[in-house]
Amino acid sequence: MAENDLKVLGAWPSPYVMRARIALNIKSLDYEFLEETFGSKSQLLLQSNPVHKKIPVLIHGDKPICESLVIVEYIDEVWASSPSILPSHPYDRATARFWASYIDEKWFPAMKGIAAAQAEEARKAAIEQVAEGLALLEDAFQKTSKGKDFFSGDKIGYLDIAFGCFLGWLRVTEKMNGIKFLDETKTPGLAKWAQKFCADAAVKDVMPETEKLAEVAKIITAKLRGAGAPPK
Amino acid sequence: MADQVVLLDFWPSPFGMRVRIALAEKGVQYEYKEEDLRNKSPLLLQSNPVHKKIPVLIHNGKAVSESLIAVQYIDEVWKDKAPLLPSDPHLRAQARFWADYVDTKMYEIGRKVWTTKGEEQDVAKKEFLECISVLEGELGDKPYFGGKTFGFVDMALIPFYTWFSVYEKFGNFSVEAEHPKFIAWAKRCLEKESVSKSIPDRQKVYDFVLEMRKKLGVE
Repeated sequence: MAENDLKVLGAWPSPYVMRARIALNIKSLDYEFLEETFGSKSQLLLQSNPVHKKIPVLIHGDKPICESLVIVEYIDEVWASSPSILPSHPYDRATARFWASYIDEKWFPAMKGIAAAQAEEARKAAIEQVAEGLALLEDAFQKTSKGKDFFSGDKIGYLDIAFGCFLGWLRVTEKMNGIKFLDETKTPGLAKWAQKFCADAAVKDVMPETEKLAEVAKIITAKLRGAGAPPK
Repeated sequence: MADQVVLLDFWPSPFGMRVRIALAEKGVQYEYKEEDLRNKSPLLLQSNPVHKKIPVLIHNGKAVSESLIAVQYIDEVWKDKAPLLPSDPHLRAQARFWADYVDTKMYEIGRKVWTTKGEEQDVAKKEFLECISVLEGELGDKPYFGGKTFGFVDMALIPFYTWFSVYEKFGNFSVEAEHPKFIAWAKRCLEKESVSKSIPDRQKVYDFVLEMRKKLGVE
Protein backbone atom coordinates (compact mmCIF):
# COMPACT_ATOMS: atom_id res chain seq x y z
CA MET A 1 0.00 0.00 0.00
CA ALA A 2 2.23 2.80 -1.31
CA GLU A 3 0.00 5.63 -0.14
CA ASN A 4 0.33 4.36 3.40
CA ASP A 5 3.85 5.57 4.01
CA LEU A 6 4.05 4.72 7.70
CA LYS A 7 6.93 4.81 10.14
CA VAL A 8 6.92 4.22 13.87
CA LEU A 9 9.75 5.69 15.92
CA GLY A 10 9.99 3.54 19.02
CA ALA A 11 11.72 0.98 21.17
CA TRP A 12 10.70 -2.64 21.74
CA PRO A 13 10.38 -2.47 25.54
CA SER A 14 8.08 0.58 25.54
CA PRO A 15 4.43 -0.16 26.35
CA TYR A 16 3.44 3.15 24.75
CA VAL A 17 5.12 2.20 21.47
CA MET A 18 3.31 -1.14 21.63
CA ARG A 19 -0.03 0.68 21.61
CA ALA A 20 0.75 2.25 18.23
CA ARG A 21 1.99 -1.05 16.77
CA ILE A 22 -1.04 -3.03 17.97
CA ALA A 23 -3.37 -0.44 16.42
CA LEU A 24 -1.51 -0.67 13.10
CA ASN A 25 -1.68 -4.48 13.28
CA ILE A 26 -5.43 -4.42 13.91
CA LYS A 27 -5.82 -2.43 10.70
CA SER A 28 -3.38 -4.75 8.86
CA LEU A 29 -1.14 -1.82 8.00
CA ASP A 30 2.49 -2.21 7.03
CA TYR A 31 4.96 0.18 8.60
CA GLU A 32 8.67 0.70 9.02
CA PHE A 33 9.76 0.32 12.63
CA LEU A 34 12.66 2.64 13.43
CA GLU A 35 14.21 1.53 16.69
CA GLU A 36 15.62 4.29 18.89
CA THR A 37 18.84 3.45 20.74
CA PHE A 38 18.43 3.30 24.49
CA GLY A 39 20.00 6.40 26.04
CA SER A 40 20.09 8.60 22.93
CA LYS A 41 17.56 10.31 20.66
CA SER A 42 17.77 10.34 16.87
CA GLN A 43 17.61 13.53 14.80
CA LEU A 44 14.36 12.28 13.31
CA LEU A 45 12.83 11.91 16.78
CA LEU A 46 13.92 15.37 17.92
CA GLN A 47 12.56 16.83 14.69
CA SER A 48 9.26 14.91 14.78
CA ASN A 49 8.49 15.47 18.45
CA PRO A 50 10.26 18.69 19.40
CA VAL A 51 7.85 19.39 22.26
CA HIS A 52 8.32 16.18 24.28
CA LYS A 53 11.19 14.41 22.43
CA LYS A 54 9.54 11.07 23.28
CA ILE A 55 8.54 7.85 21.57
CA PRO A 56 6.27 6.67 20.07
CA VAL A 57 5.94 8.93 17.06
CA LEU A 58 3.89 7.79 14.08
CA ILE A 59 5.02 9.39 10.84
CA HIS A 60 2.34 9.19 8.14
CA GLY A 61 3.80 10.48 4.90
CA ASP A 62 5.55 13.56 6.24
CA LYS A 63 3.19 14.18 9.16
CA PRO A 64 4.26 13.23 12.67
CA ILE A 65 1.66 12.26 15.26
CA CYS A 66 2.73 12.08 18.92
CA GLU A 67 1.32 10.69 22.19
CA SER A 68 0.37 7.00 22.09
CA LEU A 69 -3.39 7.35 22.66
CA VAL A 70 -3.61 10.24 20.17
CA ILE A 71 -1.85 7.94 17.67
CA VAL A 72 -4.33 5.10 18.33
CA GLU A 73 -7.32 7.40 17.76
CA TYR A 74 -5.70 8.81 14.61
CA ILE A 75 -5.16 5.32 13.16
CA ASP A 76 -8.78 4.43 13.95
CA GLU A 77 -10.07 7.59 12.25
CA VAL A 78 -7.94 7.46 9.09
CA TRP A 79 -8.49 3.75 8.43
CA ALA A 80 -12.12 3.87 9.53
CA SER A 81 -13.46 0.93 7.54
CA SER A 82 -11.38 -1.94 8.96
CA PRO A 83 -12.12 -3.37 12.45
CA SER A 84 -12.97 -0.44 14.78
CA ILE A 85 -10.67 0.30 17.68
CA LEU A 86 -12.87 2.74 19.60
CA PRO A 87 -16.47 1.81 20.50
CA SER A 88 -19.13 3.54 18.44
CA HIS A 89 -21.42 4.85 21.20
CA PRO A 90 -20.28 8.18 22.72
CA TYR A 91 -20.83 6.97 26.29
CA ASP A 92 -18.79 3.79 25.70
CA ARG A 93 -16.08 5.93 24.10
CA ALA A 94 -16.03 8.23 27.13
CA THR A 95 -15.80 5.21 29.45
CA ALA A 96 -12.91 3.69 27.49
CA ARG A 97 -11.07 7.03 27.44
CA PHE A 98 -11.69 7.47 31.18
CA TRP A 99 -10.06 4.15 32.08
CA ALA A 100 -7.16 4.71 29.68
CA SER A 101 -6.56 8.07 31.37
CA TYR A 102 -6.76 6.42 34.83
CA ILE A 103 -4.21 3.80 33.78
CA ASP A 104 -1.80 6.43 32.47
CA GLU A 105 -2.18 8.96 35.27
CA LYS A 106 -2.65 6.75 38.33
CA TRP A 107 -2.14 3.05 37.80
CA PHE A 108 1.10 2.81 35.80
CA PRO A 109 2.83 5.51 37.90
CA ALA A 110 1.94 3.42 40.97
CA MET A 111 3.53 0.40 39.32
CA LYS A 112 6.67 2.38 38.55
CA GLY A 113 6.57 3.43 42.19
CA ILE A 114 7.20 -0.17 43.24
CA ALA A 115 10.52 -0.23 41.40
CA ALA A 116 11.46 3.26 42.54
CA ALA A 117 10.66 2.67 46.21
CA GLN A 118 13.67 3.27 48.41
CA ALA A 119 12.25 1.68 51.57
CA GLU A 120 10.23 -1.47 52.26
CA GLU A 121 7.25 0.52 53.54
CA ALA A 122 7.09 2.62 50.38
CA ARG A 123 7.34 -0.56 48.29
CA LYS A 124 4.46 -2.19 50.18
CA ALA A 125 2.33 0.96 49.83
CA ALA A 126 2.95 1.06 46.06
CA ILE A 127 2.07 -2.64 45.76
CA GLU A 128 -1.17 -1.96 47.63
CA GLN A 129 -2.00 0.90 45.26
CA VAL A 130 -1.42 -1.24 42.19
CA ALA A 131 -3.60 -4.03 43.63
CA GLU A 132 -6.40 -1.56 44.43
CA GLY A 133 -6.19 -0.23 40.89
CA LEU A 134 -6.48 -3.74 39.50
CA ALA A 135 -9.63 -4.32 41.56
CA LEU A 136 -11.13 -1.21 39.93
CA LEU A 137 -10.03 -2.42 36.49
CA GLU A 138 -11.48 -5.89 37.16
CA ASP A 139 -14.79 -4.20 37.91
CA ALA A 140 -14.52 -2.07 34.77
CA PHE A 141 -13.76 -5.20 32.76
CA GLN A 142 -16.85 -7.00 34.05
CA LYS A 143 -18.99 -3.98 33.16
CA THR A 144 -17.65 -3.18 29.71
CA SER A 145 -16.91 -6.67 28.36
CA LYS A 146 -20.48 -7.78 29.08
CA GLY A 147 -19.37 -11.40 29.30
CA LYS A 148 -17.17 -11.32 26.20
CA ASP A 149 -13.41 -11.87 25.98
CA PHE A 150 -12.19 -8.27 25.84
CA PHE A 151 -12.96 -4.83 27.30
CA SER A 152 -14.25 -4.00 23.82
CA GLY A 153 -16.28 -7.21 23.42
CA ASP A 154 -15.44 -9.86 20.85
CA LYS A 155 -12.29 -8.22 19.49
CA ILE A 156 -9.53 -6.18 21.11
CA GLY A 157 -10.09 -2.45 21.16
CA TYR A 158 -8.97 0.85 22.66
CA LEU A 159 -9.02 -0.04 26.34
CA ASP A 160 -7.58 -3.52 25.76
CA ILE A 161 -4.67 -1.83 23.97
CA ALA A 162 -4.30 0.96 26.55
CA PHE A 163 -4.08 -1.53 29.43
CA GLY A 164 -2.73 -4.67 27.76
CA CYS A 165 0.49 -2.98 26.68
CA PHE A 166 1.55 -2.99 30.35
CA LEU A 167 1.17 -6.77 30.83
CA GLY A 168 4.83 -7.50 30.10
CA TRP A 169 5.92 -4.99 32.73
CA LEU A 170 3.28 -6.26 35.13
CA ARG A 171 4.71 -9.79 34.85
CA VAL A 172 8.24 -8.47 35.40
CA THR A 173 7.04 -6.60 38.50
CA GLU A 174 5.34 -9.77 39.80
CA LYS A 175 8.55 -11.77 39.31
CA MET A 176 10.87 -9.19 40.84
CA ASN A 177 8.66 -8.76 43.91
CA GLY A 178 7.45 -12.33 44.39
CA ILE A 179 3.78 -11.40 44.09
CA LYS A 180 0.89 -12.28 41.86
CA PHE A 181 -1.26 -9.34 40.81
CA LEU A 182 -3.49 -11.07 38.29
CA ASP A 183 -4.97 -14.31 39.54
CA GLU A 184 -8.09 -16.38 39.17
CA THR A 185 -9.44 -15.57 42.65
CA LYS A 186 -8.76 -11.84 42.94
CA THR A 187 -9.07 -10.80 39.31
CA PRO A 188 -10.68 -13.67 37.42
CA GLY A 189 -11.84 -11.59 34.48
CA LEU A 190 -8.50 -9.86 34.00
CA ALA A 191 -6.53 -13.11 34.43
CA LYS A 192 -8.39 -14.71 31.52
CA TRP A 193 -8.36 -11.49 29.51
CA ALA A 194 -4.56 -11.15 29.87
CA GLN A 195 -3.97 -14.58 28.32
CA LYS A 196 -6.35 -13.91 25.44
CA PHE A 197 -4.88 -10.45 24.83
CA CYS A 198 -1.29 -11.68 24.67
CA ALA A 199 -2.29 -14.47 22.27
CA ASP A 200 -4.13 -12.12 19.92
CA ALA A 201 -2.75 -11.93 16.38
CA ALA A 202 -2.31 -8.16 16.59
CA VAL A 203 -0.40 -8.41 19.87
CA LYS A 204 1.78 -11.51 20.03
CA ASP A 205 4.59 -10.33 17.75
CA VAL A 206 4.99 -6.99 19.52
CA MET A 207 4.64 -8.17 23.14
CA PRO A 208 8.20 -8.58 24.42
CA GLU A 209 9.29 -11.72 26.26
CA THR A 210 9.19 -11.34 30.03
CA GLU A 211 12.84 -12.47 30.46
CA LYS A 212 14.09 -9.82 28.01
CA LEU A 213 12.03 -7.14 29.75
CA ALA A 214 13.38 -8.30 33.13
CA GLU A 215 16.91 -7.54 31.93
CA VAL A 216 15.87 -4.03 30.87
CA ALA A 217 14.04 -3.63 34.20
CA LYS A 218 17.26 -4.33 36.13
CA ILE A 219 19.02 -1.49 34.32
CA ILE A 220 16.11 0.94 34.81
CA THR A 221 15.60 0.00 38.49
CA ALA A 222 19.25 0.68 39.20
CA LYS A 223 18.86 4.07 37.54
CA LEU A 224 15.65 4.92 39.46
CA ARG A 225 17.07 3.90 42.84
CA GLY A 226 20.27 5.75 42.09
CA ALA A 227 18.37 8.92 41.18
CA GLY A 228 16.93 8.94 44.70
CA ALA A 229 13.49 10.09 43.73
CA PRO A 230 10.42 8.35 42.30
CA PRO A 231 9.97 8.79 38.54
CA LYS A 232 7.21 11.06 37.16
CA MET B 1 -37.85 12.45 25.73
CA ALA B 2 -35.96 15.63 26.60
CA ASP B 3 -32.29 15.36 27.50
CA GLN B 4 -31.49 15.73 31.17
CA VAL B 5 -28.08 17.29 31.64
CA VAL B 6 -26.50 18.07 34.99
CA LEU B 7 -23.03 19.50 35.60
CA LEU B 8 -21.36 19.01 38.98
CA ASP B 9 -18.84 21.79 39.18
CA PHE B 10 -16.96 24.36 41.29
CA TRP B 11 -17.00 27.87 39.86
CA PRO B 12 -13.23 28.67 39.97
CA SER B 13 -12.23 25.33 38.42
CA PRO B 14 -10.61 25.75 34.99
CA PHE B 15 -11.59 22.15 34.25
CA GLY B 16 -15.25 22.87 34.99
CA MET B 17 -15.09 25.98 32.80
CA ARG B 18 -14.12 23.84 29.80
CA VAL B 19 -17.31 21.82 30.08
CA ARG B 20 -19.44 24.94 30.61
CA ILE B 21 -18.01 26.45 27.41
CA ALA B 22 -18.65 23.24 25.44
CA LEU B 23 -22.27 23.10 26.59
CA ALA B 24 -22.74 26.79 25.75
CA GLU B 25 -21.22 26.32 22.28
CA LYS B 26 -23.75 23.56 21.63
CA GLY B 27 -26.65 25.47 23.16
CA VAL B 28 -27.40 22.63 25.59
CA GLN B 29 -29.70 23.42 28.53
CA TYR B 30 -28.34 22.02 31.77
CA GLU B 31 -28.62 22.18 35.51
CA TYR B 32 -25.49 23.58 37.17
CA LYS B 33 -24.78 22.18 40.63
CA GLU B 34 -22.13 23.92 42.72
CA GLU B 35 -20.11 21.50 44.85
CA ASP B 36 -18.55 22.34 48.21
CA LEU B 37 -15.24 20.53 47.78
CA ARG B 38 -14.76 20.26 51.54
CA ASN B 39 -18.14 18.56 51.77
CA LYS B 40 -18.70 16.61 48.57
CA SER B 41 -22.27 15.66 47.72
CA PRO B 42 -23.39 12.01 47.66
CA LEU B 43 -24.17 12.55 43.97
CA LEU B 44 -20.57 13.54 43.24
CA LEU B 45 -19.12 10.64 45.23
CA GLN B 46 -21.48 8.26 43.44
CA SER B 47 -20.90 9.71 39.99
CA ASN B 48 -17.12 9.84 40.16
CA PRO B 49 -16.16 7.21 42.73
CA VAL B 50 -12.66 6.75 41.28
CA HIS B 51 -11.44 10.35 41.56
CA LYS B 52 -14.24 12.09 43.52
CA LYS B 53 -13.51 15.24 41.49
CA ILE B 54 -15.40 17.82 39.50
CA PRO B 55 -16.38 18.42 36.80
CA VAL B 56 -18.78 15.57 36.24
CA LEU B 57 -21.28 15.71 33.39
CA ILE B 58 -24.40 13.64 34.01
CA HIS B 59 -26.42 13.00 30.84
CA ASN B 60 -29.71 11.17 31.34
CA GLY B 61 -28.33 9.63 34.53
CA LYS B 62 -24.98 8.54 33.07
CA ALA B 63 -21.86 10.20 34.45
CA VAL B 64 -18.86 11.32 32.38
CA SER B 65 -15.76 12.43 34.29
CA GLU B 66 -12.53 14.18 33.24
CA SER B 67 -13.07 17.53 31.54
CA LEU B 68 -11.56 16.82 28.11
CA ILE B 69 -13.35 13.47 27.95
CA ALA B 70 -16.61 15.25 28.78
CA VAL B 71 -15.93 17.89 26.09
CA GLN B 72 -15.37 15.17 23.48
CA TYR B 73 -18.51 13.39 24.65
CA ILE B 74 -20.50 16.62 24.26
CA ASP B 75 -19.05 17.08 20.77
CA GLU B 76 -20.03 13.53 19.78
CA VAL B 77 -23.57 13.59 21.20
CA TRP B 78 -24.57 17.07 20.01
CA LYS B 79 -22.79 16.61 16.73
CA ASP B 80 -25.06 18.68 14.51
CA LYS B 81 -23.97 22.05 15.86
CA ALA B 82 -20.72 23.94 16.40
CA PRO B 83 -18.09 21.19 15.98
CA LEU B 84 -15.49 21.46 18.73
CA LEU B 85 -12.88 19.29 16.99
CA PRO B 86 -11.81 19.60 13.35
CA SER B 87 -13.02 16.94 10.89
CA ASP B 88 -9.59 16.17 9.43
CA PRO B 89 -7.94 13.31 11.39
CA HIS B 90 -4.49 14.90 11.38
CA LEU B 91 -5.85 18.21 12.66
CA ARG B 92 -7.84 16.30 15.28
CA ALA B 93 -4.66 14.55 16.39
CA GLN B 94 -2.92 17.93 16.65
CA ALA B 95 -5.83 19.30 18.71
CA ARG B 96 -5.72 16.34 21.10
CA PHE B 97 -1.93 16.60 21.39
CA TRP B 98 -2.06 20.28 22.33
CA ALA B 99 -4.98 19.86 24.72
CA ASP B 100 -2.94 17.13 26.43
CA TYR B 101 0.04 19.54 26.57
CA VAL B 102 -2.14 22.13 28.31
CA ASP B 103 -3.37 19.49 30.75
CA THR B 104 0.06 18.22 31.69
CA LYS B 105 1.72 21.62 31.97
CA MET B 106 -0.60 24.54 32.71
CA TYR B 107 -2.31 23.43 35.89
CA GLU B 108 0.72 22.04 37.74
CA ILE B 109 3.14 24.80 36.76
CA GLY B 110 0.54 27.51 37.38
CA ARG B 111 -0.16 26.04 40.81
CA LYS B 112 3.54 26.07 41.68
CA VAL B 113 3.80 29.72 40.59
CA TRP B 114 1.29 30.88 43.17
CA THR B 115 1.89 28.40 45.98
CA THR B 116 5.68 28.39 46.25
CA LYS B 117 8.34 30.92 47.19
CA GLY B 118 11.97 31.68 46.54
CA GLU B 119 13.94 29.48 44.16
CA GLU B 120 11.12 27.00 43.63
CA GLN B 121 8.88 29.86 42.53
CA ASP B 122 11.56 31.26 40.21
CA VAL B 123 11.85 27.88 38.49
CA ALA B 124 8.06 27.65 38.20
CA LYS B 125 7.81 31.16 36.71
CA LYS B 126 10.46 30.33 34.13
CA GLU B 127 8.67 27.08 33.21
CA PHE B 128 5.34 28.91 33.03
CA LEU B 129 6.63 31.54 30.62
CA GLU B 130 8.32 28.83 28.54
CA CYS B 131 4.98 27.05 28.35
CA ILE B 132 3.29 30.24 27.13
CA SER B 133 6.10 30.65 24.54
CA VAL B 134 5.56 27.16 23.21
CA LEU B 135 1.82 27.75 22.99
CA GLU B 136 2.32 31.09 21.25
CA GLY B 137 4.54 29.29 18.75
CA GLU B 138 1.79 26.79 18.06
CA LEU B 139 -0.80 29.57 17.72
CA GLY B 140 1.35 31.37 15.15
CA ASP B 141 -0.66 33.84 13.09
CA LYS B 142 -3.94 32.01 13.51
CA PRO B 143 -6.75 33.82 15.35
CA TYR B 144 -7.44 30.67 17.38
CA PHE B 145 -5.58 27.41 18.02
CA GLY B 146 -8.44 25.85 16.08
CA GLY B 147 -7.63 28.06 13.08
CA LYS B 148 -10.36 30.44 11.93
CA THR B 149 -12.77 29.19 14.56
CA PHE B 150 -12.60 28.64 18.32
CA GLY B 151 -12.00 24.96 19.07
CA PHE B 152 -10.85 22.20 21.37
CA VAL B 153 -7.44 23.60 22.30
CA ASP B 154 -8.79 27.14 22.79
CA MET B 155 -11.42 25.66 25.10
CA ALA B 156 -8.83 23.63 27.01
CA LEU B 157 -6.62 26.66 27.56
CA ILE B 158 -8.78 29.79 27.97
CA PRO B 159 -10.02 28.88 31.50
CA PHE B 160 -6.47 29.20 32.81
CA TYR B 161 -6.53 32.86 31.73
CA THR B 162 -8.97 33.50 34.59
CA TRP B 163 -6.18 32.42 36.93
CA PHE B 164 -3.55 34.72 35.41
CA SER B 165 -4.24 37.47 37.97
CA VAL B 166 -3.44 34.89 40.64
CA TYR B 167 -0.21 33.74 38.97
CA GLU B 168 0.88 37.30 38.15
CA LYS B 169 0.16 38.85 41.55
CA PHE B 170 1.72 36.08 43.61
CA GLY B 171 4.50 35.46 41.11
CA ASN B 172 5.12 39.15 40.61
CA PHE B 173 5.32 39.21 36.83
CA SER B 174 3.20 40.17 33.84
CA VAL B 175 2.32 37.72 31.09
CA GLU B 176 1.22 40.58 28.78
CA ALA B 177 4.63 42.23 29.05
CA GLU B 178 6.38 39.09 27.82
CA HIS B 179 3.67 37.62 25.61
CA PRO B 180 1.26 40.22 24.21
CA LYS B 181 0.19 37.89 21.38
CA PHE B 182 -1.02 35.32 23.90
CA ILE B 183 -3.04 37.92 25.78
CA ALA B 184 -4.52 39.13 22.46
CA TRP B 185 -5.65 35.56 21.79
CA ALA B 186 -7.22 35.33 25.26
CA LYS B 187 -9.15 38.57 24.79
CA ARG B 188 -10.35 37.35 21.39
CA CYS B 189 -11.75 34.21 23.05
CA LEU B 190 -13.50 36.31 25.70
CA GLU B 191 -15.39 38.15 22.94
CA LYS B 192 -17.31 34.93 22.34
CA GLU B 193 -20.49 34.73 24.34
CA SER B 194 -20.10 31.01 25.05
CA VAL B 195 -16.79 31.82 26.76
CA SER B 196 -17.64 35.05 28.58
CA LYS B 197 -20.89 33.56 29.93
CA SER B 198 -19.09 30.44 31.18
CA ILE B 199 -16.07 31.76 32.99
CA PRO B 200 -15.78 34.01 36.04
CA ASP B 201 -14.13 37.40 36.18
CA ARG B 202 -10.37 37.27 36.85
CA GLN B 203 -10.81 39.58 39.83
CA LYS B 204 -13.36 37.20 41.35
CA VAL B 205 -10.90 34.29 41.06
CA TYR B 206 -8.14 36.40 42.65
CA ASP B 207 -10.43 37.43 45.53
CA PHE B 208 -11.38 33.80 46.05
CA VAL B 209 -7.71 32.77 46.31
CA LEU B 210 -7.02 35.61 48.78
CA GLU B 211 -9.93 34.39 50.93
CA MET B 212 -8.64 30.84 50.76
CA ARG B 213 -5.12 31.85 51.75
CA LYS B 214 -6.49 33.82 54.72
CA LYS B 215 -8.54 30.83 55.84
CA LEU B 216 -5.54 28.54 55.53
CA GLY B 217 -3.46 31.07 57.43
CA VAL B 218 -0.94 31.34 54.62
CA GLU B 219 1.27 34.41 54.24
